[in-house]
Amino acid sequence: MKSFGYTISEDRQIDFDANDRNMTGFINSIEPSIRLCLGCGSCTATCSAGHFTDLNIRRIHTLVQRGELQHLKKEIMKCMLCGKCQLVCPRGVNLRNLILLIHSALEKSGL
Amino acid sequence: MTFNLFVLPFILGFIFLLFSLVKKNREWIHKMDSTDRKKLNNGLRSPRLFLALREIFFESLLHRKMFRRNPLLGYMHMSFAFGWLLLILFGNMESRIYSGFWINPPYYPIFLKFFIHDKHVLPFEIFTVPGFFRFSMDLLLVFVLSGLVLAIIKRSRSKWFGLKKTTQLQFTDKVAMTCLWLIFPLRLLAESFTAGAYGYGGGFVTQHLGNVLAFVWPLSDKAVAYSFWWMYSLSLGIFFVTLPYSRYMHIPTELILILYRNFRIYPKKGSEYFSEIEVLSCPRCGVCIDVCQMNTAAGIHDIQAVYFLQSIRNQQVMEHITTRCLVCGRCQEICPVGIHADFQRIVQRESFQKLQVQDYSYLIQESTRKAEVVYFAGCMSHLTPTIPGAMKKILDIAGVDYLFLDEERSVCCGRPLMLAGKSSQAQKLVEQNKRKILDSGANTLVTSCPICFRVFREEYQLDIRILHHTQYLLELIKKGKVPLQAYFRKIAYHDPCDLGRGSGIFNEPRELLRKIADLVAIGNEGKDSLCCGGSLGLLNAGTEEKNRITKETLANYLEGDPEILVTACPLCKKTFAKLSPVEVMDIAELVMEAIPK
Repeated sequence: MKSFGYTISEDRQIDFDANDRNMTGFINSIEPSIRLCLGCGSCTATCSAGHFTDLNIRRIHTLVQRGELQHLKKEIMKCMLCGKCQLVCPRGVNLRNLILLIHSALEKSGL
Repeated sequence: MTFNLFVLPFILGFIFLLFSLVKKNREWIHKMDSTDRKKLNNGLRSPRLFLALREIFFESLLHRKMFRRNPLLGYMHMSFAFGWLLLILFGNMESRIYSGFWINPPYYPIFLKFFIHDKHVLPFEIFTVPGFFRFSMDLLLVFVLSGLVLAIIKRSRSKWFGLKKTTQLQFTDKVAMTCLWLIFPLRLLAESFTAGAYGYGGGFVTQHLGNVLAFVWPLSDKAVAYSFWWMYSLSLGIFFVTLPYSRYMHIPTELILILYRNFRIYPKKGSEYFSEIEVLSCPRCGVCIDVCQMNTAAGIHDIQAVYFLQSIRNQQVMEHITTRCLVCGRCQEICPVGIHADFQRIVQRESFQKLQVQDYSYLIQESTRKAEVVYFAGCMSHLTPTIPGAMKKILDIAGVDYLFLDEERSVCCGRPLMLAGKSSQAQKLVEQNKRKILDSGANTLVTSCPICFRVFREEYQLDIRILHHTQYLLELIKKGKVPLQAYFRKIAYHDPCDLGRGSGIFNEPRELLRKIADLVAIGNEGKDSLCCGGSLGLLNAGTEEKNRITKETLANYLEGDPEILVTACPLCKKTFAKLSPVEVMDIAELVMEAIPK
C-alpha cells in the first residue's frame, strides 16, 4: 500500500473502568488542593524544565485525575521541583507536593 | 558498718547506667568514619579540649544560654545541674575525710549520714570551720530543692519561665521526672529523720527539721528514717535505670555533643551516629515550640523540633512530621543545645523519598560567553522580573562586564530538590550549573536569590567569590560605581531565612539600606526574623496555613509603620506582595530608584 505519511490517530477514549484511580484517591486525600485546579496552564507556561523539554505539569495533573498512570514516571523524572508552578498557580494548588506524592505512590505500587 | 541492703537499688541502677553509657559511646566511636575519628583523636590532644570543657561548664552546668533567655528558667536548670554536681563533689570530699580512705564505695558519700552520725568535731574541722561540710551540704540541698520548687511551678505556670507552651511529655519521661523530683525531698527527709532520731549529726536544715519531725511525730524513730533511706535509694536507682530511655539521656549525651562540636565534628549525610547523638541530646525543653510559626500561626502542633526529634528516637517518624516544616531555622537558632534540627529533618525526608530517578538528560551543554561577573537570577527571580530588571540596569550603569547566566533557559540551583530529600538527584543540576559558571571564567558569582546563594556556597565548591546581590551592590556603591541620591523613605527590612540565619548575611543589607532609606526597627530582626510563609522547605501545607504565617509575619514587621517593606529574596517578595497592605520591594529595586535619573 502506498504511504502518504498519515496514520490513524491513537485512540483518545478515556476509559475510567480500565483506569486505575487508586492513586487519584491517595493523592487527593493527602493534598486536597489538587482538586482546586481550573486547568489554566500557568504552571506549564512557567515551568523551568518545560523550557528544555515537553514536561507539562497540567497534563500530569490531568493524567493523575483520570488514573492514566502509564507515562507518569517518565514525565515526573524531568521535574526540577523548583516550585515556580506552585507560585504562579492562581488557585494555590500545591504542585510540588503533587509531584512528590506521585513519587511515593509510584514507589508504593512498584511501577 | 559501711554496708546496708538499702544501697542495692542505687548501686544496681548506677551500674546499669554506667554500662549502657559505655556501650552507647563505644557504638558511636565504632560507627565513626575515619575523618571524624581523626578529628576526635587530634581534638583530645589539642587546646580545643579545654574550650570544650569550658563550654560544658558554662552550658551544661551553669546553663548560660537558658539564663539569657529567661533568668528563672536558667536558675532552675542551674540549681539542678550545678547544685547536684556540687553535692556530689562535696559529699565525696566529706566522706573521704570522714573515712580516712581515699577510695570509698560509690554509695558511701550518698548515704553518708546513714552510716555516720558523729556529734564530735572532726579533727580536720578544727583547722577549718567547724561543721563546714554539714553546713555546706545542707545549703547545697536547699539550692537544689529551690530549683525543684521552680520545676513544679513550671509545669503549670510555664509563662513565668518565658514559655508559652511546654512539651507534652511521654510516659518514660514522666516516670524519670517523678523519680528525679523525688530524689532530693527524700534525701532531705531521710537525713532529717536520722538527725532527729539521733538528736545530732544534721546540718542547719536537716537537724532542725529532724528535731521538729521528732517532736510532732514521736513515733518517728530510726526505723522510719531507715524506710526513707530505702525510698531515697530506690528513687535514685529507678531514675538511673529510666535515664537512658527518657529525655534525661540528654545529660550525658550533651557532653559528648559539645566535645565533638568543639573538635569540629559536625552532622553530615550518612553520619548516623552523629544524628543519634543530636537526637539523644534533645532535653525536650520545648523552647523550639514557641518560636515555630507552624505552631504560632498555622496551628500545627505536632511537628516542632522537639516532637520531630522525639519521633526519630521512638522510631515513629511519620512523613507529615518531616514535610510540614518551613526549614526556616528558627528552632535551631534558639536551641540551647545547638541541635541541627533542620539538617536532621532533611535527612529524614530522604528516607521517605525512595524513588530517586530524576532524569535531566534533556539539559544540553551550552557554551557560555566569557565574563568577569556571572549573574544568576534564580528561578524565583524570573517570577519577579523587576528584580533581575533592576539588577541589569544597575550592572550596566556600574559598567560591570557581566554575563546573565540564566536569562533565557534557567536551570534550577538544586536546593529545592535537596529540601525535598532528593540531594543525590540535585547533584545532576549542580553539575550542570557549575560547569556553566566555571566555563565563563568569571571571578565573581552574583545571585539575587538567597536559596541559590546558600546552595552555591554550601554545595557547589566553586573556587570563586559568591555574593548575594545585597553584598555586591554595597561593594559597587562603596567603590563609587553607582551614583545614589537621597531617597529617604521609611522602610522595614526582612531578613530572608536562607540569607540571614542560613548564611549569616545580616550587616550588608542594613548598611546598604541606611545609605538610601530610613530603616525602622522591627519586632523580630536578624537571627529572630520570621519566615515569609512561602518557604520551599515546606512541602505539605495548604494555602490557608501559609497565608496565616505570612499575615503573622507582616503584622510583626509593620508595627513600626514603614512605607515600604524591603526584602532581599524574590520568593519573600512574591509571598508578601500577595497579602501586604504596604508596598513590598527588593533591595535591588530600591537601589534602582535611588539612582538619579
